[in-house]
Amino acid sequence: MSIITIILIIIIALLAGMEGVLDEFQFHQPLVACTLIGLVTGHLTEGIILGGSLQMIALGWANVGAAIAPDAALASVASAIIMVLGLEGGTTNVQTAISTSIAVAIPLSVAGLFLTMICRTIAIPMVHLMDSAAEKGNIRAMETWQILAILLQGVRIAIPAAALCIVPATVVTDVLNKMPAWLSGGMTVGGGMVAAVGYAMVINMMSTKETWPFFAIGFVLAAIGQLTLIALGAIGVALALIYLGLKENGGSNNGGTGGSGDPLGDILNDY
Amino acid sequence: MAEKLQLSKKDRLSVAWRHQFLQGSWNYERMQNGGWCYSIIPAIKKLYPNEEDRIAALKRHMEFYNTHPYVSAPVMGVTLALEEERANGAEINDQAIQGVKVGMMGPLAGVGDPVFWFTLRPILGALGASLALSGNIMGPLLFFFAWNIIRMAFIWYTQEFGYKVGTSIAQDLSGGLLGKITQGASILGMFIIGSLVQRWVSISFTPIVSKVTQSPGAFIDWAKLPSGVEGIKSALTTYSQLGATALDEVKVTTLQQNLDQLIPGLSALLLTLLCCWLLKKKVSPIVIIIALFAVGILARLAGIM
Repeated sequence: MSIITIILIIIIALLAGMEGVLDEFQFHQPLVACTLIGLVTGHLTEGIILGGSLQMIALGWANVGAAIAPDAALASVASAIIMVLGLEGGTTNVQTAISTSIAVAIPLSVAGLFLTMICRTIAIPMVHLMDSAAEKGNIRAMETWQILAILLQGVRIAIPAAALCIVPATVVTDVLNKMPAWLSGGMTVGGGMVAAVGYAMVINMMSTKETWPFFAIGFVLAAIGQLTLIALGAIGVALALIYLGLKENGGSNNGGTGGSGDPLGDILNDY
Repeated sequence: MAEKLQLSKKDRLSVAWRHQFLQGSWNYERMQNGGWCYSIIPAIKKLYPNEEDRIAALKRHMEFYNTHPYVSAPVMGVTLALEEERANGAEINDQAIQGVKVGMMGPLAGVGDPVFWFTLRPILGALGASLALSGNIMGPLLFFFAWNIIRMAFIWYTQEFGYKVGTSIAQDLSGGLLGKITQGASILGMFIIGSLVQRWVSISFTPIVSKVTQSPGAFIDWAKLPSGVEGIKSALTTYSQLGATALDEVKVTTLQQNLDQLIPGLSALLLTLLCCWLLKKKVSPIVIIIALFAVGILARLAGIM
């Protein structure tokens, strides 16, 4: 890899790392990060495919409150670099390079999680420095500490990315080529199943007695191949609107009769 | 008071821009406090020219704060309105401002998480990813631009909304609107996740259940095809009538095909429900993911998948 490519990769890694905590522009999402790395290294199409595959797995990864999900930033940046190295070293099989990178991405997402926990701990003394700057009315210093804290999260990804860039491409390719078929095949099988974990995380956040039927409808309708995701989205929005509308009407009717909704109970009460 | 202090549109835009870096100094102690104070600095500079008031304001906004980063925008809008009134001499104490922030952040985070993280992002992400899987650049572009346009519009307009209505928004929050948004998003989210499980969790059991030799006419008799273009045409005609089973004389049925006849994607559904159950039992998602890879490798070795 040329120096310019490495510098561009490090900039992308920095953005991804910062977004890993900010969660605004989405540079840390595989779809964006892998595509950008593919773009600067000249493997755009492979980058897009890797991004799409990883995105499917990472759909449900989200930080809620103080709980932190697997880190998409390190997973997408590092796996994209590994894929590129594999391709540059002359791997013939693009599919193997992509599926191996996905399998590597999973442990990396855990490593990224630990790194962000460290950064979020280091941020405590930084915020204390902001406190003392506030005490003196030193706005410039407060802003500097905030920006440094963001950069710290960026460096968390940029350093591992830079380290990976130094690995010779031939080494990665050799490893990929020496990998037995059962291992790469097995990882492809595993990768197909892993998406279920992300979906399960979303389901556990949103499932109630009321919403399970909609899950069932979605599952069954998706078997119809002609329905695109946009069509499915439209059906989903329509169902939500219909349900909320009907529920409102139903609610006001119940309020009108003034009953408790339990006929037997009403009779017993009147008795 | 000589002149009424007012936040210009430029000040509010500056706050909204900085608000995007809310989580930059996210820490385990007071969470988003640093980012919040960083965001509101342009307003503080404008409203409190006096050094003493300015320091008090800075300290007041370094208190604990944590919510969803986007729905924080209306909270910021209301806070700007309060600070503006206070700078103009209204009786609004520190507790009132902190009270509004804390009072709004809880219920709003309860809306932001399901709407943005568990409905909008899975939908846009799946849409983009499904295009990207074939190497189409539209996939990532669509995801990136759609997301950021929606996000920026949301941050700016809800901040303006909060700023204009001021504290009266706090009463609206307890009304039914937020509950409805959350429920609507949950319904849409569950529906989409249901279809994603069907489409994108791929499990394929390869063991062969049966091998049946098909009767003549049910398959393409490759040896007897007319030569040249006619042969290709004849083969394609038969194929389009009979489907993939017409390709060989022996019809091979795998376990997966049997399962698909019952309910397509049944195994994917069962796997997802198993994951739900494991997650509820406090098994770490990472452990489950690694276990799935191990299962995949073992199953491939055993020739099951």
